[in-house]
Amino acid sequence: MAGAVREVNIIGAGLSGLSAALTLARAGVHANLVSMMPSERAQSVLAEGGTNAVLDTMGDGDTVDDHVADTMRGGCFLADEEAVRELCEEAPRIIRELEEAGVPFHRNKDGTIAARYFGGQKKRRTLFVGAFTGKMLMSALISEVRKYEDEGLVRRFDHHAFVRLYLTDDGVSCRGVRVRDMRTKEMLTLEGPVILCSGGINGMFPGHTTGTVQNNGDVTATVFAQGVAMSNLEMIQFHPTTVPVPGKRMLVTEAARGEGGRLYVIDKHTRARFYFMEERYPEAGNLMPRDVVSRESERVRRDTAYENEIFLDMTAVPSSVWQERLKELREEMLRYLSIDPAKEPVPVTPGIHYFMGGIDVDKEHRTNLSGLYAAGECCSQYHGANRLGGNSTMGAMRGGRAAARCAMADAGKADTVPAGANTPDAVTADGTPAESFASDDTPVLSCTPTAFDYRLGDILYEGLGIVRNEEGLKRAMEQVCALEQEGAGSKEDDAFCAHRKNRILLAKAMIESALERKESRGAHYREDYPETKDACAHPIRKCGSVRGTNA
Amino acid sequence: MILDIHLLRTEHKTKEQHWQTIPFDTALAGADADGATVATALTRINALASEGGEGLSDTNGEAVKAVAWECSCLQKRCGACAMVIDGRPRLACDAKLSEFEKKGRVTVEPLKKFPVVEDLVVDRSVLQENLKHLRVWRQGDDHTVPPSGTPYVYEGSRCLQCGICLEVCPNFYAGGSFYGTASAVPAARVMALEKGGALPGAYRAHVYEGCGKSLACRNICPAEIDIDRLLARNAGAAVWHA
Repeated sequence: MAGAVREVNIIGAGLSGLSAALTLARAGVHANLVSMMPSERAQSVLAEGGTNAVLDTMGDGDTVDDHVADTMRGGCFLADEEAVRELCEEAPRIIRELEEAGVPFHRNKDGTIAARYFGGQKKRRTLFVGAFTGKMLMSALISEVRKYEDEGLVRRFDHHAFVRLYLTDDGVSCRGVRVRDMRTKEMLTLEGPVILCSGGINGMFPGHTTGTVQNNGDVTATVFAQGVAMSNLEMIQFHPTTVPVPGKRMLVTEAARGEGGRLYVIDKHTRARFYFMEERYPEAGNLMPRDVVSRESERVRRDTAYENEIFLDMTAVPSSVWQERLKELREEMLRYLSIDPAKEPVPVTPGIHYFMGGIDVDKEHRTNLSGLYAAGECCSQYHGANRLGGNSTMGAMRGGRAAARCAMADAGKADTVPAGANTPDAVTADGTPAESFASDDTPVLSCTPTAFDYRLGDILYEGLGIVRNEEGLKRAMEQVCALEQEGAGSKEDDAFCAHRKNRILLAKAMIESALERKESRGAHYREDYPETKDACAHPIRKCGSVRGTNA
Repeated sequence: MILDIHLLRTEHKTKEQHWQTIPFDTALAGADADGATVATALTRINALASEGGEGLSDTNGEAVKAVAWECSCLQKRCGACAMVIDGRPRLACDAKLSEFEKKGRVTVEPLKKFPVVEDLVVDRSVLQENLKHLRVWRQGDDHTVPPSGTPYVYEGSRCLQCGICLEVCPNFYAGGSFYGTASAVPAARVMALEKGGALPGAYRAHVYEGCGKSLACRNICPAEIDIDRLLARNAGAAVWHA
């Protein structure tokens, strides 16, 4: 329905943002692509192991039904199955387009695109380029979008920070977005529908994640305060194999295990290796879904029968595989740890890697505000309580496309209330309506975390770890409230005040979600409620504001 | 260890510059102290300079205000934190503080080939502008990569667009008609996908003819891209087979 909408604004220029921009441009619709830095700096470039689609090129007899079933099971049946089906059905078409755009997928000898094994999937459907898939996808999409920049269909605002959404007075419709030019420090308003593609809330856990510093959580925290509903906030993925490097955790791709890597600990008495995943899960072993592997890692580390360190042994991986499929991984291990993984085992620990939850969207990626959409890691779709490796990149690309199609289709209709969206009663913990904390004064802070961000992040990291319990979560809530009280009545400037309030609001919603889910499901494990309960098989939604305002 | 960081600061509005010497104790990096990099130091300085932080002082006793710089991946994969460290353009997340332990000091400045915005932030938009002028995108419809093209498509896809190659290039300046290696590498990707079109001619004019073959770019590239191999292949594609 090109022509019904003139211009769509996209916040974030990674895989989901670029996919949305391309979809709009190909339909002749103008896109404003807003990001703090050029696309080359987006977190998507860090994706390593691959992207999932059913091509059935490996003789496994793979089907879309299998992909759907694996995704639903990996997500512990919390995801919207209709949405997952649409993702899995569209995925092969997306791969064909990427192939035509010149992504150098690894190929089988017969020339078909090769797929590797990945966690939680019995059939091979993870397509890849070495251990560098994200960068390869991004280079192709950046080049595709560049052509439309030249044609004037995509306008880049690539040194611009999101400040806040521009809402109607009743707070239920999004009319545009306010952004700040980081070079001139001037504000500008971009009118029209908005697609949020702003990535995961790494900035809520500074130093503890594998992601970028650029994804500082500001967009999610601000829109939450403005009335955008969230869901599955308690679902945080710990990737089982990360290594510490200064300032963050660095990912060791799941492909390492897909290509034969084995996890073990050392028995204190016998000094023998205990391959804990292989022993406990004879069928899938090291390739169980990530929530299972991370939990087992945590369990075995706390078990005093074993040494406290977990190792990933890739020494049996053939040299041809190192060269063709894991080259980048080996180079990184040598550079950062001075360990050659082809020759010695690598010590690994779980680290925060992905946020399954976030902005609540329907299967067309509409949020609870009309004119506002969300795609990629910032939204809560497809992955339920735990994400399968390879589904993030595909989820981002499909999500961006779907959101763009929907924005175009919706623009033709008058005042649509998003189907299935509810605006739940929004109250803060003490029962008073939340206020919207977003003004033009909300500053663009330094690109790296503030002292406050670190303090809040450490509280959340402690309470929302791999193993959770009521006591720990309540303690986290008390500490967040104490942090909130510290700033109250102090004389710092309004801008910092809003930033802090937004984050505290989001932090409380995350902890509340974990407290309310009195069961264990996927990435959310409560040692006080270790069973999964059928009655709890639905997302927990949170809303920060009764009505968003343009305060 | 205490390291003196000599930082060239530029005021945002006036663009006035002055040097600030910050005595930085690497113990401030906590658990990261061992492998701490210039990026670690800047991150710490800014956390301390922010509200609620204790704040560092420079050697004149003045409070150190937050440093404007760009940072994203912290693992050499995004090109954000390119700057000049002890006279050499590098990624800050790749410059270990221990390298400067003996000297006891390190000089940190913005890249000089690009206009300064504030402190260590420079305006590198000429990189994107040049790629648009060069028309680095596929013209045709289907570019399923042939096996022979794969190494070049792969290598040509690895550019970080950091600008470090241009910083050392004797022939590049922002706004000039020579676009340098930062354009040549993405161009290599497209030229490995398709023959003909507008790109080879534009490449000849804006890269091939202006390149003095100093190859200063080759070993300074933080992504360790096989630059000379790509330049040679590009020359063939743009000059002999166009």
